[in-house]
Amino acid sequence: MNEFLTLMKSELVLTVLIFLLLFVKIGRGVHNEALLPIIQVLLLVNFIAGFFFNGQGSLFGGMFHTSPLIAFEKNILSLAVYLVSLLFAGWLKKSQHMPEFFLLMLTALLGMFLMISSGNLLMFYLSLELSTIPVAAMANFDLHKKRSSEGAMKMVLSSAFSSGILLFGISLLYGATGTLSFAEIPALLNGAPLQVLAFVFLFSAFAFKLSVVPFHLWTADVYEGSPIAVTAFLSVVSKAAMAFIFITVLYQVFKPLQAVWYNLLVLLAVATMVVGNLFALRQQNIKRFFAFSSIAQVGFVLVGISNIGVLGVSTVVYFMLIYVFSAMAAFGVAAAVSHYANKENVDAYKGLYKNNRFLSWIMALALFSLAGIPPTAGFFGKLFLLAAGGERAAYWFIAVAALNMIVSLYYYLRVVRAIFMDANETPIDAIPLGQGERLGLVICGAGIVLVGLAGGIFNFIQTLH
Amino acid sequence: MNLFYLILLPLLTAVSVLLCRGGQIKWAAFAGAVLQLALAVGLVVAYGQQRAAGNTAQMLFQQQYMLFSGVNISLHVGVDGISVAMVLLTSLVSLAGVLVSWKMEKMTKEFYFLLTLLALGAYGFFISLNLFVLFFFLEISVIPKYLLIGIWGTGWKEYSANKLALMLMGGSALILVGMLGLYFTAGHNFDILSIANTAIPANTQHLIFPFLFVGFGVFTAMFPLHTWVPDGHSSAPTAGSMFLAGISMKLGGYGCLRVAVYLLPEGAKQYANIIILLSAIAILYGAFATMMQKDLKYMNAYSSVSHVGFSLLGIGMLTQTAITGALLQMVSHGLMTALFFAVIGMLYDRTHTRLVGEMGGLLKVLPFISTLLFIVGFCSLGLPGLSGFVAEMTVFVGSWQNDDVFHRVATIAATASIVVTAVYILRAVAQTAMGPVSNEHFLLLKDAAWYERLAAILLVAAIVCIGIGPGWLADLLRPAAEIITNRIAGK
Repeated sequence: MNEFLTLMKSELVLTVLIFLLLFVKIGRGVHNEALLPIIQVLLLVNFIAGFFFNGQGSLFGGMFHTSPLIAFEKNILSLAVYLVSLLFAGWLKKSQHMPEFFLLMLTALLGMFLMISSGNLLMFYLSLELSTIPVAAMANFDLHKKRSSEGAMKMVLSSAFSSGILLFGISLLYGATGTLSFAEIPALLNGAPLQVLAFVFLFSAFAFKLSVVPFHLWTADVYEGSPIAVTAFLSVVSKAAMAFIFITVLYQVFKPLQAVWYNLLVLLAVATMVVGNLFALRQQNIKRFFAFSSIAQVGFVLVGISNIGVLGVSTVVYFMLIYVFSAMAAFGVAAAVSHYANKENVDAYKGLYKNNRFLSWIMALALFSLAGIPPTAGFFGKLFLLAAGGERAAYWFIAVAALNMIVSLYYYLRVVRAIFMDANETPIDAIPLGQGERLGLVICGAGIVLVGLAGGIFNFIQTLH
Repeated sequence: MNLFYLILLPLLTAVSVLLCRGGQIKWAAFAGAVLQLALAVGLVVAYGQQRAAGNTAQMLFQQQYMLFSGVNISLHVGVDGISVAMVLLTSLVSLAGVLVSWKMEKMTKEFYFLLTLLALGAYGFFISLNLFVLFFFLEISVIPKYLLIGIWGTGWKEYSANKLALMLMGGSALILVGMLGLYFTAGHNFDILSIANTAIPANTQHLIFPFLFVGFGVFTAMFPLHTWVPDGHSSAPTAGSMFLAGISMKLGGYGCLRVAVYLLPEGAKQYANIIILLSAIAILYGAFATMMQKDLKYMNAYSSVSHVGFSLLGIGMLTQTAITGALLQMVSHGLMTALFFAVIGMLYDRTHTRLVGEMGGLLKVLPFISTLLFIVGFCSLGLPGLSGFVAEMTVFVGSWQNDDVFHRVATIAATASIVVTAVYILRAVAQTAMGPVSNEHFLLLKDAAWYERLAAILLVAAIVCIGIGPGWLADLLRPAAEIITNRIAGK
């Protein structure tokens, strides 16, 4: 019993939070204004609680397992969710259904926790669904907007499709090996055609969820249609969780098929970086812009994953931590501009610096970090990913990745240029940021600067493995 | 001497600039720059004392702290004669840069913050002995340049800023690939001194060398990757141009030498002829292109391409004298070009034009500034007694030591450019400063203010100092150059 409590601590805390919110929703009369700070504090507590009593072990006959590394990954996700509650406070307060938003988001988070802790394909599938379906409802949160419903519909259809593919892959794999346990599958893999086919199906499903090219087509539409808070959640939290479990599945379950998937991974990484970058070049809507740029970022993550070793895991986890800060900061600024000035076009950012210095610098920091320019943390994250990918001596691969960094710099600079340099006769007025938003942006900015320069964090992640 | 002060001091300056308000900002930046200069001079003195006391270690004042143990990256700093000279150059140019921007009114806080950040990147770059840290500091300087040009620039500033940022990023991408190549061949190691002790197969050297040399070559405006220079320099604000040409282009030259040639001597031998060919073209092409310019800033930008060609030519010659000359040229060009841009800035602030054709007779109304123009012009065309002569002469002598036809022809071609330089410099200076005053508004102009005088005197003093007594600088550079040439000779 004691073991159950410590190992499933994060999930239990989340479940308690979810029930609390449910009671709040049923008992009426709590105002958004009053409720939001409480939720923010609870999420902060959830994040801090993640650092204590972290054990290692498995439960339910290997269905669920956890380790310090997995606990750290969960902390990253909790942090991101806490940031969502801060950065999008302005939008959340106006929402009629704020408790539901958090209910759905925390349920999805619970699904992700279970997903990265899963030790069995069945468990993995269930938790994946748990983490996806609430997000589709969240995507539809702007009830009066058609685009929002459209995005939600696309999300439902595409995730149902990928789930179908995943289930097909799982059943083929079960047929080929006779087991669904992560621990038992590797010994039974021998590269038979059926196994490879099953792997390809599983791989495609992951590619769908991670928006790897050529499975990325749903991304931009869903991101554009959803409220920015949901876009941020999708592109940061969902992506990070998927990347974590993707590594586990590739490195543990399909390690014997390494020769098959290494080349596939390299090829898809190149395609993802190139396509994501090229499409990002010409986007006018800031959300579509970030959608494509996040596709390109996933390409870089794949570069790191192609390391197949300890370095691969730690660099990806490290990069995801940095990505949480950088992308959340960018989305936070975009949300402030969208919410208070009602503008989502890149052109609307022209002359933003004139009246909104704080927002402009945070956005610049975030964009430089996403582009991988020092002294921001993104520089270290990107470089370590490339170093991890280069360990297998594929120089052309690193060269392509490095070239992609130039392309990405071009479009990130486009926004920086709009903010700082382009003249605009009617720049956006000073935006009245709330306390929560300000705090969230400061946390992100501090993270962007400190996570890179403080080498201890990367060293710490490496010791977890 | 603790080298970390060189990073800490600019950092403190940057922070104090952020904390100050209004008129205090420039004083904070000024005080920081003065302290940096004092520190740099102190470093030169301390370095000389160590050497005089018989310390023969390759790098002095070394310190090492592990940063990322998992990927074996440590913050390793140390200096040899080259680094010391470059640090001194950086501190001189940055102080002059702060001074000439004294009347800057648009967003002063951001302006001085970015300038200080640029200097910080340069100091860190010159003292790093770890490739990763070196690359980090190199990249730090890209964004301040972009913003300085884009926000405070003139003309096609957005275009120039973008071009500069993307081309430099392209160079960085090449360096990155080469750097990772070195890292993996040298057994997961970024440390310059330990990589130097690792035997790297000649084939691998031939593969990696172009990435590193061309990558750093972009930063130092190697032909044909120099195209960001004219646009970037001409659009940048005065201090920005001074930093760009005086310091940033030296980062590239230093990297070519310290990283590419020093760590990969076999690669350097393999590609030396191509380097010589490209730099000879750059020298001549730059000189002829300058002749055609009407805008003073474009003139200096193209003549920079030509002058930097001398450094690369010296590096490509691979002899000890030529490399010493290349390093002298880097220092000399840094000072000279910074002064030139400062003078152009002063002229532009008063006459509101940079076109040679619209100026005339300025010696009568602006005697101080026009005299500076003469000095910098003469330095540029290699008049004895100024630093340009010393540097170019050393490069030529060193180049002549290679006695085959190819090297001789390249040397002669490069020498011939001096004539072209004389033509454009004398023509521009004469038209600007002499003759009748071309515009009656010019008669009302005021000569240089105290801050401009101070900046100019600082730079002129350094130029004359090197020109008259080059021994101390050459003695500083020569032993370090010798270590590099010894490696090339396989000793």
